[in-house]
Amino acid sequence: MLDLLAGFIQELRTAGLPVSLTENLDAMEAVKHIPLEDREAFKYALAATLVKSNAHWKAFETVFEVYFSMRGPEYDIKQDGEGEGLDDAELQALLQAMQGDRPAGQGGGMDGLTPEELAEMLYKALMNADEAMIRALARQAVTRYSGMEPGRPVGGTYYLYRTLRQLDLEGMLQRMMDAERQSAQDGGGLTPLEERLARDEYEVRLDKLRKEIEAEIRRRLVADRGTEAMAKTLRKPLPEDIDFMHATREELTALRRALQPLTRKLAVRLARKRRHGRKGPLDFRNTVRHSLSYGGVPAEPKFRYPRPSKPEIMVIADISGSVAAFARFTLQLVYAISSQFSKVRAFVFIDGIDEVTRYFEGVEDITDAVHRVNTEADVIWVDGHSDYGHAFEVFWERWGKEITTKTTVLLLGDARNNYHASQAWVVQELRKRARHVYWLNPEPRSYWDTGDSIVSEYATFCDGAFECRNLKQLERFVEHLG
Amino acid sequence: MAEPRFETVPAVRESLRDVGYLADEGIAGVVYLADRLGKPVLVEGPAGTGKTQLAKSVAEMTGARLIRLQCYEGLDESKALYEWNYKKQLLRIQVERESSTWQEIEDDIFTEDFLLTRPLLEAIRADDPVVLLIDEVDRVEVETEALLLEILSDYQVSIPELGTVVAKQIPLVFLTSNNTRELSEALKRRCLYLHVDYPTLEREKEIVTTRVPDISEHLADQVVRIVRSIRQLELKKAPSVSETLDWARTLVLLGIQNVDADQAKETLHILLKYQSDIAKATKELTVS
Repeated sequence: MLDLLAGFIQELRTAGLPVSLTENLDAMEAVKHIPLEDREAFKYALAATLVKSNAHWKAFETVFEVYFSMRGPEYDIKQDGEGEGLDDAELQALLQAMQGDRPAGQGGGMDGLTPEELAEMLYKALMNADEAMIRALARQAVTRYSGMEPGRPVGGTYYLYRTLRQLDLEGMLQRMMDAERQSAQDGGGLTPLEERLARDEYEVRLDKLRKEIEAEIRRRLVADRGTEAMAKTLRKPLPEDIDFMHATREELTALRRALQPLTRKLAVRLARKRRHGRKGPLDFRNTVRHSLSYGGVPAEPKFRYPRPSKPEIMVIADISGSVAAFARFTLQLVYAISSQFSKVRAFVFIDGIDEVTRYFEGVEDITDAVHRVNTEADVIWVDGHSDYGHAFEVFWERWGKEITTKTTVLLLGDARNNYHASQAWVVQELRKRARHVYWLNPEPRSYWDTGDSIVSEYATFCDGAFECRNLKQLERFVEHLG
Repeated sequence: MAEPRFETVPAVRESLRDVGYLADEGIAGVVYLADRLGKPVLVEGPAGTGKTQLAKSVAEMTGARLIRLQCYEGLDESKALYEWNYKKQLLRIQVERESSTWQEIEDDIFTEDFLLTRPLLEAIRADDPVVLLIDEVDRVEVETEALLLEILSDYQVSIPELGTVVAKQIPLVFLTSNNTRELSEALKRRCLYLHVDYPTLEREKEIVTTRVPDISEHLADQVVRIVRSIRQLELKKAPSVSETLDWARTLVLLGIQNVDADQAKETLHILLKYQSDIAKATKELTVS
């Protein structure tokens, strides 16, 4: 047990969770008080002692599943083929009840069923929200459709895809909705509200089924390949470490979700920083006024607190394909905390440049505005390949005069200029007029200035060029900005 | 180590239920562990999911006194831990000006008689069982957080003039946080962590039926299902459990037995507090 826990904690650390030695000891202590056969309680005991942030919960859960999926009676997998994991007497009885017209004891559980019958049973189980049944059927579906073979070097997602394709969950949802409509026929049909509620309910159930299938596949893969190998393949970056440029669609959703609490935190922190800046020079009037309550003795010196003016931000972002996600997140972040700046203006470019501030004005939903920026802004000049030089030139001509000493300019992009002229003099001019000019690059520093990237040419004229590959780095930069 | 307060996890859950708090497996488990390990619990989660209520209910369940420290920006030692009652000290010095030596006075004025206890010290010194609730700990500055560390890890308070006050019994400590900032590692390390999220459909329904006794089974079911649908939307502020309860009460007061789209639309402002959220939810709920 100790070995197992040690391995488990090691894996958590590799996955990026900060687990300290004391927390490790706490976990050991905690499991002593928990009946080991209670898997849920065991999981919560570990979570309470080891995971100290909700963002890490998902990573924890995955690692937990891998390490402890083989334990606990209900999760036993019989390795000898016949009736895999389905010999539970209770389950068997359930099956019989569901099958109804089938003669009892035929064909060892579900193995004898035709695919149509299996689908039918699944449908019934989903309609009745019968969890035990859904779990059993998920297992059966995996056995049948995933085509798993020991030692085959294919990822779990492949098996998942194969299984789900056979089950046709979309069709299942449709069928359940039809049944719902049918049964409501007498009462005058479903109102849109009822329809929506029913759909949500069924989607939740289907989601449960999907999770069961996923868990089942994972269990089998663990059995096949061993815990460590499996943990390694399942290791995913935490939301704050996801690379903007290479995020999958799923990861982008995770990022979006992580962004919202982040902006809230950031806004609070910036506001606080503004209020609690360092002390300024002595405020003579105020000190004298307060000295009256001490009989004229200036016992309590008062200081003038500096109130730094809020910076004005100009974001100039490359939104061509490769760096679009990065631009989107940065715009979203900057606008979400726009109350911390006196003014925010946004410009986007590919080879042409366009001001998009208007999309954000008076809009409550920033996501929506960012979406409109990506679809409606006029950013194509010739061929739709990034041309920083031309974009900067146009910017300088049209908006250069509006830059004041209060303005901070953020330049966003990978500076991959497709071998066009750099026109770096624009950045130099910007630097002369503006308070600060920063360059944010979503590429790893080691890629800078390779190929057609000319970031250094611009960076020499900036106050700083930063690598911003993930939320963590972006957060650090924005905080520094406020 | 003192007698454990609870026998098993299910027992915790049962007694919490008796005082009207419906805990899930995770919540009950962490409360149980907090008692067994003698560690504070850091409760995090969205607003209105019953974090503070958990501490109150645990206090009620164990028959303990609840001592509450509400955190805010600018909270300091003298408000959280202890303060010398300097007016009383001054009086004392004046009374004894003639008779006593300096040494006597100094020994005298720094005694417990002149100490004003604040919530944290009070919880440590209490003879009767107490539950200490440190509410919204994320509101204090990072520097002030350090004040709590000694209490949380060793259950003691060091007063320079007086020595160290050690707890007579280990109180149950709950810290709540709305996650407006990252708490320091040092604080997190000393606590068990519990994330209280929106409850599952079944649990929320149970909560509604216990807290709003007049509600019909059918209406409760509808209410929680609508709320779940609304939470799935991308909103500025998703409806919390307390808002669900408010909404359920409103519907009962209005004598509504079956919520249709129009009634939902008209009462939506109880669930949602932003105009843009309301508009979005209305659109989603009426157009399928």
